[in-house]
Amino acid sequence: MGRNPVTWLGSPVFPKAAHTALADTQLRANLRKATTTIRDKRASAVAELADWEELRRAGEAIKDDVLANLDTYLLRLEESVTARGGVVHWARDAEEANRIVLDLAREHGADEVVKVKSMATAEIGLNEALEAGGIRAVETDLAELIVQLGRDRPSHILVPAIHRNRAEIREIFRREMSEAPVSDDPRELAEAARRHLRRKFLSARVAVSGANFAVADTGSIVVVESEGNGRMCLTLPQTLITVMGIEKLVPSWRDLEVFLQLLPRSSTAERMNPYTSVWTGVTPGDGPSRFHLVLLDNGRTATLADEVGRQALRCIRCSACLNVCPVYERTGGQAYGSVYPGPIGAILAPQLADDPSDEQAASLPYASSLCGACYEVCPVRINIPQALTHLRAKVVRNKGGRNPEALAMAAAAWVFADPRRFEAAQRAGSLSRLLTGAGPIGRLPWPGSKWTATRDAPSLPKESFRLWWRRNRG
Amino acid sequence: MGSAREEILARIRAAGAARPVTVPREYRRERRVADPVALFAERIADYRAVVRSGPVELIGECLGARGVRTMVVPADVPAHWRVSGVRWLVDDDPPLELSVVDGVDGVLTGCAVAIAETGTIVLDAGQAQGRRLLSLVPDYHLCVVRTDQIEVTVAQALSRLDPLRPLTFISGPSATSDIELDRVEGVHGPRTLEVLIVDG
Repeated sequence: MGRNPVTWLGSPVFPKAAHTALADTQLRANLRKATTTIRDKRASAVAELADWEELRRAGEAIKDDVLANLDTYLLRLEESVTARGGVVHWARDAEEANRIVLDLAREHGADEVVKVKSMATAEIGLNEALEAGGIRAVETDLAELIVQLGRDRPSHILVPAIHRNRAEIREIFRREMSEAPVSDDPRELAEAARRHLRRKFLSARVAVSGANFAVADTGSIVVVESEGNGRMCLTLPQTLITVMGIEKLVPSWRDLEVFLQLLPRSSTAERMNPYTSVWTGVTPGDGPSRFHLVLLDNGRTATLADEVGRQALRCIRCSACLNVCPVYERTGGQAYGSVYPGPIGAILAPQLADDPSDEQAASLPYASSLCGACYEVCPVRINIPQALTHLRAKVVRNKGGRNPEALAMAAAAWVFADPRRFEAAQRAGSLSRLLTGAGPIGRLPWPGSKWTATRDAPSLPKESFRLWWRRNRG
Repeated sequence: MGSAREEILARIRAAGAARPVTVPREYRRERRVADPVALFAERIADYRAVVRSGPVELIGECLGARGVRTMVVPADVPAHWRVSGVRWLVDDDPPLELSVVDGVDGVLTGCAVAIAETGTIVLDAGQAQGRRLLSLVPDYHLCVVRTDQIEVTVAQALSRLDPLRPLTFISGPSATSDIELDRVEGVHGPRTLEVLIVDG
């Protein structure tokens, strides 16, 4: 088995990558503008529904039900897709999934495939694998196209080119398109993309997509999008290959009434996205005549085996957590070194990578201030802070018991265990003000330097809360 | 190497996640509003669709106002929808070539259901709707929505649909927000969506 491409080979550990990203003022400006805009929009889209909390609870429970009975639902899905003329394939890892898609594309005589934006195929590095097999993969979502033409990496789950502004995009298009856009007006840039892709859509024989949802009972697959590139890929070619993570199921058709409300309002902050396509197997005379569904594990069953970490598999890839995260807003998505950036990426990527020796993946659970905003906006109530601390503990255990962090944690546990010890430690802390002054502490001596290398420590108050309470209320 | 299917299923069973789960369904599935038709018109207009209501004869006015010359229609649209003054290409048996559909000015269809709360029309390839590509490839889509097809909530609409049919949910013309999150209408799908709401 090869290396799982969910994290990018050669990416530095998060603190190092973040340090570089923070120095990029253009990036920070692009990101601040984008995340602020969408945060405000999301809040008002959600406020419109009086039953938002009930929808979240239902969404959480439906996904928990799927995870609790995953074998049953997958077999049901396989049966219903097959009954409607589709062919189901199973893939244990990225390599196996890529080989299945490559073989299918070759079998249908394609040297080029059109692609609908899909996190699953980005996760397994499908484009690179197809390229190596002599087949060009053309991304058709505007943002994915910008990333692909710019030989860049995505930085956001929903808007992969969120780190680029219009001037940068025009430069990329000028370089890569035969009919370059004349201005950097978004309308003109979108029009250029339309011209660039139109012929490819109308002549494509094979398309590859992901799936937002698959309905186990009926075998229906759901893809949500805005531009119509998805519809082009899903309906015009003769062969459609869909790659989906095994957790993307819902049990029944009715469950979509929950997710078709939760997803658009959480992701694009709209009441509904412009286009949603639903298909079941093949329909004679309408759309592709051959349909292949690839069910992808790639670390998901390992994640499922972790009692706390498995909640990450509830994720519907809305990206609301990215847009509210203070860490993401400042570092951007590429610092996470994975196709899954932001808070969800910090818990999902290391679990899917499932490799204790991968130091970059192990650094991701630390890419958070644990402020909890991600948990509040998550439409399926993934307790990301809980999963982060759980995964940090795992990282510490994997390092062995005698490193500074493990010792510090053990010491902290000893102090917290006894109120008198705790108070004594607090007094000692207040005394340290004499040494450090009243402002924030920029650098502490070792082992505190491990902490202050990446952040300032607040100065300690003159008096602990417990002492203040005793003096005023005791 | 065993089969991937058996191995994945075995891993799932070994993961120890099995337990009973009850799904709370306290969210509201139905909602009453004073005027669902007005709400639908307002919400789909929010998505920059052009909205008109009145008798079905307004089709002529819609097409005239746009200077449309050639329209494509599914074979089973009511005969009186094919007003005079434009050339009608009928998608019948054999179906029209893709290059022909790509060359017309627009398409006229009905729909299966509409959702007031979200401003959405749903096509299910049924009566007066045709193949999925018809409402996708031409640059202008005129859709006739009967008032009795309008449901208030997403749940009400879904319960009227058959998931085994190919479905397309459409909320406004195609759009992108991929450049600095500025919304631009009109990418690969129709750049203009016009909705004609008729009594029924």
